This record gives sequence, C-alpha cells and structure tokens, in this order.
Amino acid sequence: MTEFIDGPLWYFALTVFIVGVIWRISSIFFTGKKPDYSVPRQASTGGAVATVFTRFIPRRDMAPKIRIQTVAGYMFHLGLFALLLFAAPHVAFIEHHLLGIGWTPMPYWAFIVASQLAFLGLLILWLHRVLNPVTRLISDFDDHVAAILTFVVMLTGCLALMEGFTGLRVLHRFTVELLMIYFPFSRLMHAFTFIPSRAFTGAWFARRGVDA
Amino acid sequence: MSERLEKGLAAMRGQMDSRVASFLSTCVHCGVCAEACLFFTETSDPRYTPIHKTEPMRKLWSREYTFWGKIASKMGLKKPMTEADLADWEMLVYDGCSMCGRCSMVCPVGVDIAYVIRKVKEGLCAAGFSPEDLVAAGERARTIGSPMGVTEKTLRSTIAAQEKESGYKIPLDVQGAEYLALFSSGEIAGFPEFIGSLAKIFSHADVSWTISSEYFEATNTGVQLGNSKLAAELVERVVAAAQKLGVKYVISPECGHAYTTIRWDAPNFIGRPLPFKVVHIIELLEQLREEGRVKTNSTISDRLTYHDPCNISRRGGVLEQPRTLLNMVAPNFVEMTDHGSMNWCCGGGGGVSSNERANPLRAQAFGAKKRQLDEIQVKTMVTACSNCRHMLEDGLEDNEMDIELIGITELIAENLDTSGSPKAT
Repeated sequence: MTEFIDGPLWYFALTVFIVGVIWRISSIFFTGKKPDYSVPRQASTGGAVATVFTRFIPRRDMAPKIRIQTVAGYMFHLGLFALLLFAAPHVAFIEHHLLGIGWTPMPYWAFIVASQLAFLGLLILWLHRVLNPVTRLISDFDDHVAAILTFVVMLTGCLALMEGFTGLRVLHRFTVELLMIYFPFSRLMHAFTFIPSRAFTGAWFARRGVDA
Repeated sequence: MSERLEKGLAAMRGQMDSRVASFLSTCVHCGVCAEACLFFTETSDPRYTPIHKTEPMRKLWSREYTFWGKIASKMGLKKPMTEADLADWEMLVYDGCSMCGRCSMVCPVGVDIAYVIRKVKEGLCAAGFSPEDLVAAGERARTIGSPMGVTEKTLRSTIAAQEKESGYKIPLDVQGAEYLALFSSGEIAGFPEFIGSLAKIFSHADVSWTISSEYFEATNTGVQLGNSKLAAELVERVVAAAQKLGVKYVISPECGHAYTTIRWDAPNFIGRPLPFKVVHIIELLEQLREEGRVKTNSTISDRLTYHDPCNISRRGGVLEQPRTLLNMVAPNFVEMTDHGSMNWCCGGGGGVSSNERANPLRAQAFGAKKRQLDEIQVKTMVTACSNCRHMLEDGLEDNEMDIELIGITELIAENLDTSGSPKAT
C-alpha cells in the first residue's frame, strides 16, 4: 500500500492536478468574450493588474463589517502557505521529488505557530459558514467537502510530523493525493482563478475610469 | 422541459462568457457581498445576498459547463433545472437588486456580481418571469418611444413651456448641430426645468445643440428588463436620430442607467461602434467650465451634499466632475461617509423604480441613505439622475426629512454668470 501511495497514486494525483488545473483555466478563456466596442477612458491593463493585488486588502469602509472573514481568511491562508512551502518535510520533498532545489525550512516553533493559525482560521471560517445565515444559505456541498478535506490534510500532516511514524506520513500523503485529485473539479480552483476573475473586473472598471 | 424554461436557459447560455465562467469558478461563498448590498443590510434577509441572486446562472453553468456537472447531468445524478429555478428568482433579481454594483467593488475574489445578475435577467425575461410593470414599460418604449408614454406632442408642449419660463430658445431638429441632447421621460414629465436649464447654460456657453423630435428618450427599458433585443432596438433609434441630424456628440441627461447604456453598453448591443461620441451632461458642464465658457457668479451657503448615481459614478466613471462643479458654487459642500465609487444607491435603479410591486422593499432599502444623511445633516442634496431624484424624494418624504433636492444642471443654471453676453431670446 505504501508503495502504491508513494508511487502510482502520487503520479496519478499529480497528473490529474496539473492537467485538471490547466483544463479548468483554459476552459474559462475558451468560453469566449465578445468584443467591447465602447470607447475606453483609459487602457484596461493597468486596472486588471492593479485589481489582482488591491483585492487582497478589504476596503476601509467595509473592513469592520467583514472582520471575521478577513482575519480568519488571512490566518488560514498565511498559515497554510507557510506550512506548504516552509515545513521541513515539504522543503525536503520539493527538493528531492519536484524541483531539485530546496531552501531553508522554518524552525519547529514557526511550524507550530503556522499550523495553529491555519487550523484556527479554517475552523473559524467553517463555523462562520455554518452559523451565519448568509453563508449558510449560499454554501453548497463542495464548500464543505473542500473545507473538510483541507482540514484532514492539515491534521494528518501535523500528526505525521509530530509522531514521525511512516504510517502517518503515508496517511498524510494519501489525503494530499485525494485533495489533489479533488482540487481541479472544485471551488478550491479559486487558488488559481482568482487571478483572471479579479483581472477581468479590474479591466472592465478601468475602461470606465474607475478604480476597482 | 417547458418551452418557457428552454427559452430562459437558452438566453442564459447566450450570455455565458469568459468573465462569467471565471466568476462562477472563483466564488468561494464567503458572503462579503451581502454587507455591500442595501437590500440585505436594510432587511437582514440572506436571500438578498448579491451572489445568491446569480443562482440560476450558477446552476446552469454547473450542469452544462463543468466536468462533473456534465457527467452527472448525463447520468441523471443532477437534478434538472425547472421553471421554479427561474420563477423563484424573479423577485430577488427585479425587486431586490437595483444593479448598483456596490457588491462588485468588495468581492475579495473580484467577482463582478452585478454583471452576472444582468445576465440572469436575460434568462428570466426570455422565460417570461419579469415584473408586469416593467414589461408594460418596455412595450411603451417599443411602441411609443418612451417607457412612460411621453409622446412627441408632450415634448413639444414641454419645450414651449420651458422656453416661456426660462426665456431661452430651445432648438428642435436643428440639422448640423454639434450636440444632440437626450432626456429621460422622468425628466420631461417630472423635472422639465432641466431642459430650460440646458437652454440657459448652452446659450451663454455658445454650445451648438438640438433635440430630436423623432427620438429623444435616453432611458432603455431593454436594459432594465434584461432584453438585449429591445435594448438594441432602442439604441438604433438614438443612432438614427443622431445620424439624421448629423451631430458629433450625444449628451446623456441626468439619468444613471441611460448614461451607462448609451455610453458603455450601446455599441455592444448593436455590435458596432457608435457614429458619435457620448458625453454625460456633467462631463460637458465641467469641460465648459474648464474652457471658461461656464462661469458662476453666486454661491449657495447651505450645507449641501452630492448623491452619486451608481451608474454615473461607480459604473460610469464620472466621479470628479460633479465635485469640481459643486465646489465652484457650494462652499459648504460636504461628502457623505460612503461616496463616489462606494456610494449607497437610492434603491430604485435597475428598473426597481418602475416596478410598483417593489415599493415597500425599496422604501425599506432607503434606510441606508437615511443613515448617511442623518450623519451629515445637510439642507440640500444635489444629484445627477432624475430617477435617483424621484426615489430620494419619496424616501425623504416617507421619513419626514427636510432636505431640498436639486439636479446639478439646474444648480449650475441658477448660479450661472450671465453678465458677459445675455443671450435670452
């Protein structure tokens, strides 16, 4: 089983992930877009690029109303990316199995901080999703599966690191592979599609002379 | 599948594009958009969450444009869309959304929600799930040329009355004029002094302008309904009138959606660039001020604020010009907390004002504007949209608020420096 998870399943998951992501992004652009015949006030490229970055920060007038989503969202995403890119086993894996280069991993205490941030952030976001009447109404099956799967991946990852048993490492890798297979067909794709989404909106507003 | 459902779905399929696909792929259902929507903030009803209003389009996209959706639909594992998927959204989309686009400014992943809602309207309209008042307005626009039934005869009598009242000649059907002025029916019927104000300002600024007796309507009910075919038909009438008179510019009046339609959407409805330039009256007034052709010689001392019409500011890009003009005549001009591209809507945009069924909800939604006004305590509110003006008047009256309302063109005309060359005729 370990060989299967470390071998064929990993390559299958990686292929599905890469092909799936490319296919999803391509399908957005292949859907097509009609030409805009209106006379623009200004070029749209600047607005497209700017909006990709400006939407990382909530508008000042909105910030107090969306504090939970913002704070928990940042806790989760920053914690997750720190774990993904700087946890010692991940750095070693990237160096030996993916890129051939590595970098200095974060110290153990930083791992603890990052994982606590990620867990707490995800938990708050999920509780907000089920308890808040708005998010409860608009959430669907995919939202919950994505949250639970991500939680399980993080949990098995922490267990694997702390216990050091091969079984837990394999379990973590298995859940990661499940996540990678699920990823392209789910809302987790927002990790990539937020760029065209923000850019389209930024460009549209920029044509009209509005900072989006 | 019923015929009307098929029509609705076909219309929505026709609206699918890369932008919609990217938005629906990206939304993480975070609910942030709810806090930007006055229909949600004033009712606390989660159904008014902006992204929820796009649900018919999301369902269609999920079934027909995604990998698992296609497979599940073919295998019968996904419930087919029904008429209820459209019918149940009619009131949310037409009554509970003014297409103000405030939600689009705050979405963390950049979804232009108003853009998708506009496309949902195409499906609802094609399937026959549109408010009867709006359908009737559309029919009047198509047959009479005005959603309110304003005829050429009414226009001529309004012009005559305004010429008498203002003392300025109002040119009609002048071949070769530089500018063609359009009006909203709401202006002609409710605020005809706008026409007299234009005549006064243009006379002193020496602007060559005219009105077309054949087509003078700036509003486009096709846009409010979500009927692109009707929208294109109405745009073609403006184009024909402008081409017949040989004008270089078309002036959009004080009407929000009229401006976005003729300035930004019209060429796309007809599938070709417009044969003239479009300028909003505020843009033209500011240009004339810059050129020294419009000067004012008096100011109003009242504490005064400006209500940004959503489609002129946020979705139109006319943000600085009204402020420059107001600072010229109103030393006590103050801004509301949320203004410019983050203004709060009057509640009546997107056809809500033409839909009597939505009146109680609209009155409730006015709470957002009331809070803004309570904070700054002004005596006068200026705006640049006759529809906003109607809606604000209703709201102020309902809430017994003693605030005077005036259009910006009228305000400039009242304070115009006419000493240089009196041109009253």
